[in-house]
Amino acid sequence: MKKDTIFKRLYHGILIENPSVVLCLGLCPTLAVTTTAKNGLAMGIVTAAVLILSEFVISLLKRIIPKKDRMIVYVLIAACWTTIVQLVLNAYFPDISESLGIFVALTAVNGLIFGRADGYAIENNPFLSIFDGIGFGIGYTLIITILGAIREILGIGTIFGIRIIPDGYTLSIAALAPGAFFLLACLIAIANKIKGGRRV
Amino acid sequence: MDEQKIFRISFFPHIRDKASTSRIMLDVIIALLPAAAFGVYNFGWRALLLILICTATCMLSELLWDVCMRRRIMLRDMSAVVTGLILALNLPPTLDWWAAVIGSVFAIVVVKMLFGGLGQNFMNPAVAAKCFLMISFAGRMNTFVFQNVASATPLEVLKAGGNVDLLQMFLGNTSGAIGETSALALLIGAVYLFIRRIIDFRIPLFYILTVVVYISIYSMITRGGIDGTFLAAHLLSGGLLLGAFYMATDYVTSPVSPSGRIIYAVILGLLTCTFRLFGSAAGSVAYAILIGNLLAPLIEKVTRRKTFGKGAHLK
Repeated sequence: MKKDTIFKRLYHGILIENPSVVLCLGLCPTLAVTTTAKNGLAMGIVTAAVLILSEFVISLLKRIIPKKDRMIVYVLIAACWTTIVQLVLNAYFPDISESLGIFVALTAVNGLIFGRADGYAIENNPFLSIFDGIGFGIGYTLIITILGAIREILGIGTIFGIRIIPDGYTLSIAALAPGAFFLLACLIAIANKIKGGRRV
Repeated sequence: MDEQKIFRISFFPHIRDKASTSRIMLDVIIALLPAAAFGVYNFGWRALLLILICTATCMLSELLWDVCMRRRIMLRDMSAVVTGLILALNLPPTLDWWAAVIGSVFAIVVVKMLFGGLGQNFMNPAVAAKCFLMISFAGRMNTFVFQNVASATPLEVLKAGGNVDLLQMFLGNTSGAIGETSALALLIGAVYLFIRRIIDFRIPLFYILTVVVYISIYSMITRGGIDGTFLAAHLLSGGLLLGAFYMATDYVTSPVSPSGRIIYAVILGLLTCTFRLFGSAAGSVAYAILIGNLLAPLIEKVTRRKTFGKGAHLK
């Protein structure tokens, strides 16, 4: 096996194993809160922060986490960090916290965090785990922001609040749930095309 | 494809018929012409323009998709024309041309071609596109102008508790989508389809029958007796006939087995009436057919005919 490096972690997280369009992890917030680019970006950053911190702690504790009960330990750790992130968000960015609603709290049970905790952090050292978290966090944030931007342009006619398409000419289905599914499917198709059949 | 000409592998008995996809589609187009012609007569050149735009966009997007994806060009089977025509007949005559283009592209590219083209689509493309447009442009899709005056469709009048002129509804001199107003024109086309044996009588019959029963029970409960005018107005309005004869009977998205078709039609009738009487009247037929399409594989599975002799020893 080739030596794992920081670069490889970032590369895998952002491109090869992109959590949203390749592994399809954490799709619930991806579909639900991406009505605007700002929401998407905020959700991505929240998830990335929880992911990095959880992976770091889980990696530190990997020798004392019992194999049989590891899931419950992951939930506890992720829930701790989610609470901290949520309180920070409430304190400094109340409007974003308002628009993300319940989905900030639901980060504690995001599949992406368990996927990476069980798939990487539990077997590797804390330093690389941090970069694994950064890579996957960036990959997640990237796609969720792109999806949010497309949905905002098509559905509301703005991008980060700046109007591009005049009111009344927007495709409001893009802002609704069916539009989220259609557009995510398009992004996955594009990702598959770029990867060109390469296996993860 | 040449292999198919040499070997015809199928279960007996073999029935040879000259029917081909393009011939069936052509028959459907012919059957829709009276309704389309009446729509143009009723709503003027805008209706004609919309019909042409939808048909042309559907054909063009299918052609472009086939070319870009290096597929065999199947434009000759004329299913794209049917999709465009049915979609246009479901649109209000005042709809902007670009919205019609978006709807047509959605019907062909997203609903039909992305799932593998004709025969693979799990929803009727025209119906899906209508619902897509209704969600996207709710205001534009629900503005009906008749004789230069913005007016409510008979169904909306009925829902508001007003009176409707049944004879005018039968002939089609009312407000509504391009192809749905004239019951007479739709029935002429339907008779042609029955004569040509294109559609099975079960789906339209049981669909309309379910609506009759449902509306009768509803009016018995709420109005203390069956109200003939109310019942007839519900049958003649809101694209029920267009849906029952032309959209629900789509070969690809309706069940194959006879009993399955009856179940499917009854489900459509129940959903349509529920949406109409308890929900928003707009687009109830389209949404009902969409849900029916999604249930079709399940109905198919439940009503599959047992192989002869199989399962008997278990009893």
